[in-house]
Amino acid sequence: MDEMEGTIKKFLYLNRRAPYGTIYALESLEVVLIGAAFDQDVSLAFIDDGVYELKKNQDTTKAEMKNFSPTYRALEGYDVEKLYVDKASLEARGLTEEDLIVPVQVLDAAQMTQLMEQQDVVLSF
Amino acid sequence: MKFGILVSEGPYQHQASDSAYQFTKAALEKGHEIFRVFFYHDGVNNGTRLTVPPQDDRHIVNRWSELAKKYNLDLVLCIAAAQRRGMLDENEAKRQGKDANNIAPGFRISGLGQLVEAGIQSERLVVFGD
Repeated sequence: MDEMEGTIKKFLYLNRRAPYGTIYALESLEVVLIGAAFDQDVSLAFIDDGVYELKKNQDTTKAEMKNFSPTYRALEGYDVEKLYVDKASLEARGLTEEDLIVPVQVLDAAQMTQLMEQQDVVLSF
Repeated sequence: MKFGILVSEGPYQHQASDSAYQFTKAALEKGHEIFRVFFYHDGVNNGTRLTVPPQDDRHIVNRWSELAKKYNLDLVLCIAAAQRRGMLDENEAKRQGKDANNIAPGFRISGLGQLVEAGIQSERLVVFGD
C-alpha cells in the first residue's frame, strides 16, 4: 500500500445501463463505494439508459428488486460529488434535471468527450 | 507497459473473456507486465474449475490457469460478484457453511479494492466487457 500513497488518479465511472434488468448499474455503484476508500479523484458519468439510474421515485416493489437508488444520495458522504449526465441521453428519455435524485452537471457531447479525455482510468459499466 | 485488465463477461457467453485472454497473453509474450487481471460481474465465471466444455472447444478456464502458472499472473475474482453467482473458495465455503468450493487453480477471491488498486498501479487499465 505504501507505494500507492500520494498517487491520485482521475477515475471516471461510466454508467450506461438502466438500473434494473441487468446487474451492471448496481455492481458499478459497489465499485464506487469501495473505491471511495482510496482517496482518488472520482467522477461519475451517466449516459444512454444510465440516466435512469438517477431517476427520482423509483418503485421496484412489483419487480421484486432492491431499490438501490437512495445510495446515490449517500455518495456525497463518501466525497463523491462530481456527477455528470449526458444532455442528449436525458432529453431523449423525456427527463430533466428536476427528475433526478441528486444534483448533477449536464454536459453536451463535446463536454462529455472532454471529461473522458481528462481521465486516467475509465471504468465502463 | 504495465497493464491492469478488467474482465466483466462470462466465458462461452461473450467474446470479452476470450479477447481479454488473448490480449493478456499477447502482452506477456511481448514482455509487458500485467499487474493483475480482475474478474467482475459474470466475469467471475471465468474462474470456476467445474467448467466442462465440449472436448473440441477451447477450455477457457484452464487456459487462464495455465497462463497464471506460466507467468505468475494475479487472477482475482471479486468476492461479492462471486458469492452472488455461487463461486466460493475453500475458506468462504467453510465460512458460509457450504459443502463445496469451485475456484480453479491460479485464481483467488478478493475485494473490489483490488480493482481500484489495479487502476492506480497500472499505466493502462483495459476493460473487456459489453
